[in-house]
This record gives sequence, C-alpha cells and structure tokens, in this order.
Amino acid sequence: MGPSVIAGMAGAPLRYPQSALAPAGPVARSEFQLIQLSLVIMLGVFVAVTAAFAYTAVRYRSRPGNLAPASAVDENRRLEIGWTLVPLILLVVMAVPTVKDSYALTPPDTPRVVDVRVIGHQFWWELQYTRLGVTTANELVIPYGRKIDLSLTSADVIHSFWVPRLAGKTDLNPGQLNTAWIQADRPGVYEGQCAEYCGLGHANMHIRVVAVTDREFARWVDGMRHPRVTPASALAKRGMALFGQVGCSSCHTVAGTRFHGQLGPELTGMGNRATIAAGTLTNTPAHLRRWLANPPAILPGSTMPDLHLTGSQISALTAYVESLR
Amino acid sequence: MAMALGRAATAAVRLRAWSWLTTVDHKRIGILYLVTSAFLFLVGGFEAFLIRLQLIRPDNHLVSSAMYSQLFTMHGTTMIFLAVMPILVGFMNAVMPLMIGARDVAFPRLNALSYWMYLAGALLLNSSWFLGGAPNAGWFNYAPISTGAYNPGPGIDFYDLGVQIAGIGTLMTGINFLVTILAMRTEGMSLMRMPLFVWTTLITSLLIIFAFPPLTANLFFLMFDRLAGTAFFNVPHGGDVVLWEQLFWTFGHPEVYILVLPAFGIISEVVATFSRKPLFGYASMVWAVEVIAFLSFIVWSHHMFPVGLGPTVNTMFVLTSMAIAVPTGIKIFNWIATMWGGRIQLTTAMLFAMSFIPTFVVGGTSGVMTALAPADMQFHDSYFVVAHLHYVLIGGTLMAVFAAAYYWFPKITGRLMSERLGRWNFWLVTVGFNVAFLPQHFIGLWGMPRRVYTYGPGLGLSFWNALSTVGVFILTLGILVMVMNVVHALRRGEAAGPDPWDGRTLEWSTASPAPPYNFARLPRVRGRDAFWEQKRSTERELWPVDRHIHLPSPTPVPALMALGLLVAAYGAIFRSIPVVAAGLGLTVYGIHRSMFDVDPGVIVTPTEEGAA
Repeated sequence: MGPSVIAGMAGAPLRYPQSALAPAGPVARSEFQLIQLSLVIMLGVFVAVTAAFAYTAVRYRSRPGNLAPASAVDENRRLEIGWTLVPLILLVVMAVPTVKDSYALTPPDTPRVVDVRVIGHQFWWELQYTRLGVTTANELVIPYGRKIDLSLTSADVIHSFWVPRLAGKTDLNPGQLNTAWIQADRPGVYEGQCAEYCGLGHANMHIRVVAVTDREFARWVDGMRHPRVTPASALAKRGMALFGQVGCSSCHTVAGTRFHGQLGPELTGMGNRATIAAGTLTNTPAHLRRWLANPPAILPGSTMPDLHLTGSQISALTAYVESLR
Repeated sequence: MAMALGRAATAAVRLRAWSWLTTVDHKRIGILYLVTSAFLFLVGGFEAFLIRLQLIRPDNHLVSSAMYSQLFTMHGTTMIFLAVMPILVGFMNAVMPLMIGARDVAFPRLNALSYWMYLAGALLLNSSWFLGGAPNAGWFNYAPISTGAYNPGPGIDFYDLGVQIAGIGTLMTGINFLVTILAMRTEGMSLMRMPLFVWTTLITSLLIIFAFPPLTANLFFLMFDRLAGTAFFNVPHGGDVVLWEQLFWTFGHPEVYILVLPAFGIISEVVATFSRKPLFGYASMVWAVEVIAFLSFIVWSHHMFPVGLGPTVNTMFVLTSMAIAVPTGIKIFNWIATMWGGRIQLTTAMLFAMSFIPTFVVGGTSGVMTALAPADMQFHDSYFVVAHLHYVLIGGTLMAVFAAAYYWFPKITGRLMSERLGRWNFWLVTVGFNVAFLPQHFIGLWGMPRRVYTYGPGLGLSFWNALSTVGVFILTLGILVMVMNVVHALRRGEAAGPDPWDGRTLEWSTASPAPPYNFARLPRVRGRDAFWEQKRSTERELWPVDRHIHLPSPTPVPALMALGLLVAAYGAIFRSIPVVAAGLGLTVYGIHRSMFDVDPGVIVTPTEEGAA
C-alpha cells in the first residue's frame, strides 16, 4: 500500500474532520446517541425554565409608584413536590442508557483479532501490533469493519487517546494499562489528537487512524514485516550511511537494518505514511527537509534536536527516509 | 510651614497604612479581601484575554507554547484560588457578622491572619513570572508532568507553596466563620431564621474544612517529591500518578461548590429584596444547600471518567453526579417562585441576579450532560467542558458577585454606584459572556481539546474561535465599565444612607458604612427577614444602647506571621535552608505571641449617630 492508496481513500474533505457529532464507528455512535438524548432533554429543560422565568419577570415588573408587595406566598407544597419529581424522572430516563452503555462499551477480557499496544510519548504515539510483530508510530492502520482492541499506557507523562469519530477518550497513564476498543465502519482516515495536557508539544500530538480493507491491511502488515532494506538510489544509499553516522539511529529503529534506537518513533515504512512530525506536516520531501533542518522550530518541546545538518546531508537523509516503504 | 504640613500628611498616610496592616475589624478585612481579589481578578482576566487573543485564528504565533501553558495555568489558579474564592470571602467578611447581629467574627486575629496568608500566597504565585517562569502544568497540576523529572524549573514550586499558604489561610477562614455563625448570633436569630447568605456561608465553611485537607496533603506529597526526592508520584520508583488525580478532585469538586453555594446565597438575598417578597421555600432552600454540599463529596470521579477506573466505579459517580441536579433545580424554581407575584425592581443588582438564572441553567444542564460517563468520554478535556465550567463560574458565580457588588457596595462604602453605568456594565458583560462561551460548546464537540496553544485551519473552527474572542473583547469592555463605576462612586457617588434598597436583613439596620462595633444596640430578632419585620412592626421595644463595647485591639502579629511564611517559601523555592529557618522562626514567634499575649482590648462608646 502506497501513499496513493491513502490519498485515494480520503474522499471529500469534511467540514469538521475531528467532530464527535459525525460518528464513524459503533463506540462513537453509542456516545453520540447519548449526547443527542441528553441534549434534547436538557434543551427542553432550558426552554421550559427560561420561559417560566421570562414570563414571571415581565408580568411582575414593578410599575412606577407601585411598590407594595402583591402577595407574600412563600410556600406551596404541591408545586414543590412537582418540581422535585419531574427532574428526577428526566434523570432516570438518561441514567438507564448511560449505565447500559458504560458496561457495553467496556472491552471484553479476551482480546480480539487485532490488538494494538498504544504507548504515549512526549509528543508522539508508539503503536505496537503485539501479535503481528509490527511496530509503527502516529498512524494507526486498521482493517475497517473489525473490532480493534487497544491497550494503552505511557512512557512518560499522562496522555489521552482521542479520535472523536471513532471513540471518546481513554487516558494513557504511566505504570498502568488501560483498555479500549475502536471500529471504523468504512475505509478512511480518522483524525484525532492527545486530549490530556502533556507539555509543550501537546497541541501538536496528532493521531490518525487509517482504516483499510482486510486485503490492504494484510499487504501493509506484510510490507512492514519485510521492508525493502537497501535503497535503490545512490543519494538514498548515502542517506542510509549518514543515518548511522550523524546520530539518527541512536533514537530510531528501521526494521531489517542495524538501526535499533529506542527513544524516537519507529521509522519502518516511513515513506508510506501520510504525515510527519506527529501529524503536524504532510509527508513531502520539502516538509521532511524543513523538519530535519530544525525539529524544535516546528514542534515546540520536541526531543529531536537540531543536529546542524548540512544541506546535502539533509537531501540524502530525506531520500533515505522517503525510500523506507 | 509647608514642610511641616507635608510631614504631617506623610505621617497621616503612614498611620493609615499602619491601621490597615494591623486591623482586626471584619469589615476592614473584608475590604482588604475585596480590593486584593478584585485586582487579581483583573490580572487573571488579562491572562484570559491573552489566551483568547492567541486563539483568535489558527496557527497563530502571538505567544509561544511555553508562554501559553503558563498563561492558562496562572489564569485558572488565579481565578479560582486568588480571585473568585477570596471575593466571596470578602463579601462574607463584610456582611455576614452584620447579618447575624454580631460585633465581629469569633476569632478576629485569625481572620487577619487568613487575609495576610492569602496575600502572601498571591504575591508568591505572581512573583513567579519574574523569578524563573510561572507554573505551567495547569491549575489541576497533574503528576507526573508537575514532578521534577518533567518540570525542573521553579514554577511548580511557586504553585505548590503559593496554593498551600493561601489554602491554609482559607481553611482557617472556614473554621472562623463556622464558629462565628454557630456561636455569635444575636438573640432570636435561630438557625432557621438566618438569611440564606449566612446559611450558604455556614455550609461553605464546612465544605472548606473537609475539602482542603486532601489538597494540603497532595501539595505536601508533591513538595516532598520535588524537594526531598520521595516517590509519591514517581512511577519508576513505585509511585502512582492517579493518586494525585484522586486527591485533587476529592478537593476539586467540593471546591466548585465552595465557589457556587455563596453565589446561591447572594442570589437568594438580592432576588427576595428586589421582588419585595420573602424568599419562596426557605426550608427547602436550606435543605437543598445541605444536600448539594453532602453530594459534592461523592462525585469527584466524574472529573476522571477516561482515567480507566472501570464501568462500576464510573456508574456510581454517574448516579451521584446526576442526583445533584434535583436540589439545584429546586433552588432555581424557588427563585422564580420568589419573583412570582412580587414587584420586581430592575436595579443593576437585580439584573445580574436575574441573568444568573438562565445562564446558570445552561451551566447546570451541560453539567448533567457531562455526568453521563459514555457521553463524557467525548466532552472530557474538550472545549465543551471549558464552556460548561465558565457558564457555572461566570454565568453563575461571577453574575452573583456583580449582583453582590452593586447590592452591598453602599453598605461597605456608604455610597451608591451609578445605575446608568450599571446598565452598561450589565449588558456588555451578559452579551460578551454569551458570545464568548456559547460557541465553545460546539468548538469542543467538533473536536478541539483544551489547553492547546494552537489549532490547524483544517479543523474548521477558525470562525467560531474568532467569534469567541470577539465575545471576550465585549466582556472586557463590560468589566472596564465596572471599574469605572467603582472609581466614580468612590469619588462622587451619592450618599447611600443606612437602607437604600428597603432591605430585609439586619445589615441594613445600621449605618453605612457600619461603625466599628456594628450595632450600638444589638438587634433582637423575631422572625425571618428580621429588619423588614422590624420596620413594619408598631412595637418599639429596644435594648438600651450599649455604653461600653469591648473590641479587640489592632495587632501587626498576623501580618508578621504571613510574612514569615512568605520568606520561608522563597527559601524553599531557591533551596536555602537558612532563609527557610529565618522565615519559619518569624512565624513561630508570631504563634508564640498569639498564644501568650494578653489583649486588654479597647472599650468603645457609641456615638449618637451610631446609636440611631
């Protein structure tokens, strides 16, 4: 699967690509239905109370010269029982589906076909397909129409996984393992981002879920397991040599090579990803050059330092990274 | 001659400054609270203004990410701990003892100490801007991003010690007001005759006493982690980061009601006065406040639905959180019923109190929505919650604070604020507030998380964010009109007289401003709305004027004790043990003086005017 496949799936751009009001999977849909139910009931309450308030305010506005109190009623048992019971009934109407959903949306103890370990880092997402033996970052490729189990934790501070069109939030707590599940009904790209303040790069910590067909998913997994190791062009070959020399490999892993750094995102299959820098920039050679020239200038708080690379080094590294497919 | 005059003037200023520094009079301490917190409200507002300016368009570069996190942290911390809560404490100080017919609070020196500790905390926190950077982990200050490993700068130390010092001051206020209300009511002022503002002060004091200790403990844990290398929140060494969240929200949710219950009390007073009717459903109002206060301690995990506590825990907190809607609804209906059949006078105070009702209903209903755990997984940490909490704290508490300001300003200063400026103030604030925060509900639902310094144009939220910022411009104008009105009233305001609103409660029965001893003769209470009844009763049975009123004498010791804590805090932040020791020494000396000094007090004889 190449970038053309991803681009082809995007379809018409949505007006609100990250909207919880446009659910595209069963978890987000249950949540959306509850949002709708509660919104309708609560709007009804607001309209009724405000109407009563406005009517009272207008009807009993004092006219000049009339300051004597009209009535001094300060109790009415039946009225008071009424406005205690009616809200109680409305609350029960909302509580029943709430409790049902709270249990229904909890993932089962036995994991399903695809399970992904999501590990939060300042400021990117590590994605380990534990049973498939594949690791990637920031772009979660899944087969559409299937339940995907997520187990979530953090390598540093607290983060929160939020892809609104697929599911509400689940926190990533260091030292603890949370579970959640998502499912995309249709192929497509679903945008999300970190929802718990995690530091300077919090605003730029995007996650994209790429839902594809089973066949495309199998091909993607196969490609990740057997990546092309030696690049074709001379420039990219030079880039590969530099990758080991200038320090890239002390943080990044590329499967099938001798690069096994653990601190930064896995770069296996990087050429196939649609974005770079935790979803901040689209994956084009021009953007990659800008990124390599000075990462903290693009992502405040980025732990990837400015390596003071020369122009030709940047060109070679760009060619190498783009060749990782 | 001129020089001698100048010297005399300086001496007079010095004397006045000294009298404020040493005062133990609840009314003057109330003024200190109100002036300090109003100033800090403007500081917190300026921070909010910069936040909205940064978000006016996508990919904006007005402030950096680092500056933005300091701004939102200081905005939240300032508004909650240093502005809104102390404004409410200021009003409590200014009028609560008058409302129960007392001559002062139970512990006047402790009261002064509370204020000076609040001021010390506020100075400490705000000085961080100039001493290495303000705190930057949010007002909730979650671990581990607030621990030394991820946040080595001094900012979090300023937060930890600033909130700690101000917080302990608040805790002492809670104890002080609780004892005052239970022990110092005048004859006939039974509990069920107390004005609602006194009831909410009583219940708020209880909330403070039970809610602040978990915060205090949490802040100590964090301080130990940062200063002494313990591992309460250090995961690799066996710490637990959810512990901070649990303790913080065990405090944090009652804190919401510490900010909202006094507002309920204010609205109850203002609505009854300007409807010219007794409050409807007094007993159920008291009951509702008590139930809300109790429930507020068992709902905290609704701040933590996505943390992963599991469906059973979440369900328990869903049900308790939803239950709060019932007593809150009762209060809303009772206020409307109070207006029903009344003669509603649309003074500025009443306009603010009335606009509280619909805006607080918006905040309350969106609050019920966020209580529904599965739906909250989408609302949580999005702009929907930002909208919700501002509808509660601005639409609710701040509207009540404005109402209280217009209502009690004449009692506190003896002068009336301008009703014409008041109307401008009201409409600008109401329109600006709604334009700023109504769109944020949708900004959140359309996918914008909180605490992001920037967002991309692709989210589709550029227009709505710009609109929200325009709302803040209008709101800011409204606040500036309020400042103008206060300045104008202090200089040229009409004299108010003791009872400008035909009031119902005892504070209106004495001069404006009240004399140091409050009442020349302590009032006798024969029912609710004591002063209203007294004005209409033909009986004129009066106590003899008290010729020898015993008042506590002024003392610099409380201010000295707070100064000691301030010095010790700077010592801890800059890791100097001698400075810590010197500061704590000063405080301990103050404690010693407070324990063993014998205060003979002063005997005051009321003037004729005060005895009227």
